[in-house]
Amino acid sequence: MIDMETMNVDINQEKKIPGSIDQLFIITKFEILNYFRSRRFLILLIIGLIIDLLLTGIIGYYRPQSFLSSSLSFYSGWVGQSITFIIILSAIFFGGDSISGEFQNKTGFFIASRPIRRSSIYIGKWIASFIASFLIIIIFLAITIANGVYYFGASIPYELWESLAFSILYLAAVLGFAFFFSSLFKSSAYSIIITVILFLFAFNLIQLLISSLVGIEPWFIITYASGIISNIFTVPFPAHVVTTVTHLGHGRTLTTTTYNATISEGLIIMAGYFIISTILGLFIFEKREFN
Amino acid sequence: MIYALQDRNIEKRFILINYMAVYEVGKLDDNVIEAINLTKKYGSFTALSDLNLNLSGSKCVGFLGPNGAGKTTTLKIFTDLIRPSSGQAIINGINVQQNKKKALSDCSALIETPEIYPSMTVREALSLVAELRGVPRSERSSQIEEVVAEVKMTDWLDKSVGKFSKGMKQRVNIASTLIGNPSIILLDEPTSGLDPRGMAEVRDIVKSLKKKDRLIFMSSHLLNEVADVCDEVAMIDHGKLLAYGPLEEITDKFSTVDDSAEAQFSRAIDESINSQISRIDGIVSVEKLDSRTVKIKYTGGLKSQEYILATLAGMQIGLVGFKSSSTRLEDTYLNLIKETL
Ligand SMILES: Nc1ncnc2c1ncn2[C@@H]1O[C@H](COP(=O)(O)OP(=O)(O)O)[C@@H](O)[C@H]1O
Ligand SMILES: [Mg+2]
Repeated sequence: MIDMETMNVDINQEKKIPGSIDQLFIITKFEILNYFRSRRFLILLIIGLIIDLLLTGIIGYYRPQSFLSSSLSFYSGWVGQSITFIIILSAIFFGGDSISGEFQNKTGFFIASRPIRRSSIYIGKWIASFIASFLIIIIFLAITIANGVYYFGASIPYELWESLAFSILYLAAVLGFAFFFSSLFKSSAYSIIITVILFLFAFNLIQLLISSLVGIEPWFIITYASGIISNIFTVPFPAHVVTTVTHLGHGRTLTTTTYNATISEGLIIMAGYFIISTILGLFIFEKREFN
Repeated sequence: MIYALQDRNIEKRFILINYMAVYEVGKLDDNVIEAINLTKKYGSFTALSDLNLNLSGSKCVGFLGPNGAGKTTTLKIFTDLIRPSSGQAIINGINVQQNKKKALSDCSALIETPEIYPSMTVREALSLVAELRGVPRSERSSQIEEVVAEVKMTDWLDKSVGKFSKGMKQRVNIASTLIGNPSIILLDEPTSGLDPRGMAEVRDIVKSLKKKDRLIFMSSHLLNEVADVCDEVAMIDHGKLLAYGPLEEITDKFSTVDDSAEAQFSRAIDESINSQISRIDGIVSVEKLDSRTVKIKYTGGLKSQEYILATLAGMQIGLVGFKSSSTRLEDTYLNLIKETL
């Protein structure tokens, strides 16, 4: 006859909604599927590969001293600038319209009206963007290292791993910030454009203006913190404050100050950006209405 | 053995009879949606004003009102898409604003026309919902195939949603509300944007949903749709609830016109028969449309209609057709809406 135990289980399981953490990873899984399907992942991967191929070709053909003098300068030249560029592109590709797009395209309605916390949606999407970006960085680095091994053998400088660790934190911060901005807007075009302007121009410009002209350390700018990703390759690590006095003739001088974030400072700024923007983004997404 | 029982209703009753002592009766049985003083303001504009509504049991309740009445606003509050300015939205005893996840655990909703990621296939989109709802892995694909068949989209199961017409998307959305077999379903104008055939099909789907032990709350601005599909009606306009109750009761209460019907006979109707007909209890007037057809106006609703039909048939005057053409719901609707203007 009917087993009491079985029935008990059956009835209880019937409408058992998975826990919020489980749901979060379900969102992550389908978001990544969507990145693959919508070719976002592919396009960014191709950009990364193009940078890799250009560098491979240029270094192989011209053999520039700035790259080939030491393995440290090799990795510094290769990774130093391009990795932050790839991270910023990731924020634009995966973060820019992450939340605003859900409102504008009405795709948010499909998920948000189901038994799931909004924070599970937000964090699930964030993790998806992190995993996708991380994959691209790893593929980019694999080709970098293949080149490095070709020129300098298998001994990879310790600084590369440090730089990678900083990059991962920077990625978290940049994506966190892009998600926060995205949650402020209802139009995905706006939020993407603002992400582009901020990371590609505005932050750098503000950083330059206030440090060289006003002489204030731009500790509140996230791109300032990202300096540690390339500076770690410089031995010894660059001085925190560099003052340059330029003689303009007639006894007049121009003093410009350049700041370099120290490692601990850089890490704190990145962590701060990540934590604060994630809390704000979650809060705004929680409060927003689906109109 | 229990797994073989398809109908949850049977399953529940079965369990109730056998294990009353073990299972809390209230927990298993009632599907309840409750709005308490629900108000939504946009600035100084009140989209929803002090809505009080308590729906329970297994039936289909129509939420009828013209465009801009506040139907979507109400349903969005019940799914936590927007928040009320004051008041509470409660599903199965759980406040949606306090614990949305639990409140919606046995409730699904289709609000306006949500979009699905265009690159996803129907199967993937429904898998996402099935996983979120905790449908066991072993049942997922069969359940997805079942709900897709229900909305007649089987041929499109593995096609991307992006190229679908609005009507096809809406079918997928309806299918998604059936995943996990929830006991409460909220539908916001499910037939909007569909062609007449699509509308008829969606209405049939909603009607078939009623067979299972479910509470369906469906908004519509179409009177005939509510009359066709629903058992009860809640009328709303300008954010205010105007009336709620079984269709019959509401029309009896608010309609100012009588029911009418056309009776067709195989033989010509002469004056004496005409006056005989007009003497039947409940009949208010008899109007000859042609020699073999009369239009009857009567009071007393369905009971009266049943009596009149039986009497006409018993009179042996060649009754071959009887078509009631009630305009009372329409009249009720117009009367109530007029009042709020
Ligand atoms: N976000 C909003 N801001 C201002 N007014 C709104 C907003 N959403 C809805 N409304 C107004 O609230 C009223 C009710 O809207 P709605 O619930 O969508 O009506 P229905 O679904 O019954 O057609 C309408 O007058 C509409 O213009
Ligand atoms: Mg509406």
